[in-house]
Amino acid sequence: MSDDIETGETPADALGGEVALPKHSEWKRIVRVFFGRTLYVIGFVIVVILILTAIFAPWIATHDPYSTDLRHKLEQPSTEHWLGTDAVGRDTYSRIIYGTQISLLIGFSAVSASAIVGMLMGLAAAYFGGWVFAIIMRFTDALMALPGIILVLLIAGLAGGGIPVVIFALGFGGIAMMCRMMCGLALSVKQNDYVLAGRAMGMSHWRMMLTQIFPNAFPPLMVGITMGIGGVVLGEAGLSFLGIGVMPPTPSWGGMVNSGQAYLLKNPILSLAPGVAIMLLVFGFNMVGDGVRDAVDPKLRGVI
Amino acid sequence: MSVVLDVENLKTYFHTEYGLVKAVDGVSFHINQGEIIGLVGESGCGKSVSILSVMQLIQSPGEIVDGKIMFEGQDLLQYEANGPQMRATRGRKMTMIFQEPMTSLNPVITICRQMTEILELHLDMDRHTARERAIELLRMVGVPDAASRIDDYPHQFSGGMRQRVMIAMAISCNPMIIFADEPTTAVDVTTQAQLLELMKDLVTRINTSLVIVTHNLGVVARYAQRIYVMYAGRIVESGPAEDIFDNPQHPYTIGLLDSVPRLGEKHGSKKLIPIYGLPPNLINMPPTCAFLPRCTYKTEKCEKEPWPALRSTGDNHYISCYVDVRGKQ
Repeated sequence: MSDDIETGETPADALGGEVALPKHSEWKRIVRVFFGRTLYVIGFVIVVILILTAIFAPWIATHDPYSTDLRHKLEQPSTEHWLGTDAVGRDTYSRIIYGTQISLLIGFSAVSASAIVGMLMGLAAAYFGGWVFAIIMRFTDALMALPGIILVLLIAGLAGGGIPVVIFALGFGGIAMMCRMMCGLALSVKQNDYVLAGRAMGMSHWRMMLTQIFPNAFPPLMVGITMGIGGVVLGEAGLSFLGIGVMPPTPSWGGMVNSGQAYLLKNPILSLAPGVAIMLLVFGFNMVGDGVRDAVDPKLRGVI
Repeated sequence: MSVVLDVENLKTYFHTEYGLVKAVDGVSFHINQGEIIGLVGESGCGKSVSILSVMQLIQSPGEIVDGKIMFEGQDLLQYEANGPQMRATRGRKMTMIFQEPMTSLNPVITICRQMTEILELHLDMDRHTARERAIELLRMVGVPDAASRIDDYPHQFSGGMRQRVMIAMAISCNPMIIFADEPTTAVDVTTQAQLLELMKDLVTRINTSLVIVTHNLGVVARYAQRIYVMYAGRIVESGPAEDIFDNPQHPYTIGLLDSVPRLGEKHGSKKLIPIYGLPPNLINMPPTCAFLPRCTYKTEKCEKEPWPALRSTGDNHYISCYVDVRGKQ
C-alpha cells in the first residue's frame, strides 16, 4: 500500500505549486486487505451463504420443517431425505435450513442489544470515572458473579420461553462482558493526547465519547462482537435443551443437537448435522470479525 | 495595545499520594492583543500547567485553588470547567497546539473530519462550506495538494505535516489567543524553523496573540516580544525579550543564559557556566526563595525572608529577587 501514498513534504512544496498526487480510495484498500487473506474470504463466504439461506429458506428447503411423518421416523440419509429424519419423521435438512433464520435472528439481536447497552455503559464508566465508574462496575460485578447460565435461566424461567425472551436473556447476560471490554479499552484510549486536544477544541462530553474515544476503542471489540454471535447461538442451544429456549416445534439448531443426542449411536447425523452448522456459523463470524478489524483499523495499516 | 488575557495570582495544586504539589503557585501574567509571548523554564516548572489552567483543562488530582483569569471582562474561573461557556471559549477564542504531533490527532478519523468538526461546532458551518474552509486552511499552513490530502488519515502525514494540521486547526476559528505548548520539540530543527515562521506569519495576519511555551531560549529570542521566566511554579522574571537577553537580572535567568552558547559571543571561547544543583522538589517547599540552594548571588537576607514578590527594575522589567545583581556581574 505504500506505493500509492505520499507522506511528508513533496517537491510540490519547494516548487510552490500544487502537484496532484495519485488518488487512492479508502474503500478499495479495505476491500483489498479483507479479501487478501484466504481465511477471511472463506469466513465471508460462509456468512454470506448463511444469510442467503435464511432469506431464501422456503426455496432451499425440500420439505416443510414442521410436518411430521411417523412412518418415516429416524431414517438414514437418502435421496428423499438428504440428512435423514428425526424421531417424529421431520426432514433434518429442511429443519437445519429453517433453523438458520432462528439462529441468525437470535444471534444478531441478542449481540447487538448487549453490545449497544454494554458499550455505552463501558464508555460512560471509563470517561466519567468517579462514582459513575463505581456504580457501573459494581453492576457488572454483580452480573458476572452469577454464572451466566443461571442468570439466563432465571430470566427465561421467570418470563417463560420463546424467541423474544431468549434474545433478552442472552443479551442481558452479554452486557457485563461488553461493558468490561469497552471500559478497559476506553480507559487506555482516554490517556491519549488527542482526547485532551479534543477538549481543548471545546468538544462536549458526548462528542468526545463518540468521536474521540469510541472509534479508537471499537476495532478490537469487533472481534468480541462477532464471536459473541457464535456464543449466543450456543447459549440458545443450552436453553433449548433445558426446555426454556426456543419452543418446539420451531426448528433451532441447539434444540436439534439436544433432541438428537438420544439417538447418538444409532443415528449420529441427527446431532452432528446441526452441530456442524453451529460450528460453521461460529467460524464464519470469527473470521469475518478478524478480517474487518484488520481492514478498517487505521493503526494496523501498513502492517498487514 | 489592549490586554486580552490577564491572569492574577493563579494557583494550581496537585493532590498526589506523596503530598501537595504546588505546580503553579501564584502566577500572574497578561497577554496583549497580537503579541507573541514566551513562557520559559525547565521541565516541571509549571509552564504547561499554567496554560492548561487558563483553558481549564486541569484534571484530577489537579485543582485550580485560587486566582483570577480575566478574559473579555469575565473571570473564566467563575465558569464550570466543562460548562457551555468554557466549551464555547475553548477552540473558538483560545486554542492550543500540543507538543506531540504524532499523538495529538485522532488516528481513526480523517483530517477533513477532524478539521470540519471544529468549524461546524463553533462557527455553525455546514459540511460543504466547512470542507472548503478546511482545504483553504491547509493551504495556508503549507500542506501541498491540500484538496486531496484532506481525506487522508493522520498516519499518512509526517510529524511536521501533522503539526501544520494542528496549527491549521488552532487558527481555524480566528481565536484571540493561541497557546503553543512546546510546539516544535518533537520535530527536527529545519522543520522547527519552518513551523515557527509559519506561526509567526499567521498570528500577524489574523492579529492573534501567541503564547509559546518552551525551554528553548533560541526560539523565544527570535520570536517572542515579551518573556516570562518561570521557576518552581512561579514567575521569577518578566520583561521585553531584548531586555531580558541583553540585561538579565534574576540569578536564574542569568544562569540560563550563561549555560547556552550564543552566536557572535565577544570573547570567542567563553566557557559555558552550568547552573549547579537540581530544581527543587515541589512537595514541601521551603518558604524562602526556591532558587536559593543553587543561587550564586545569595545574601543573608535571602535565607531569612520569604520568596520575594515581583518588583520593577525598569521599563516593564520585573524580577522576584532581593539582590540587585547588576552591580555584581
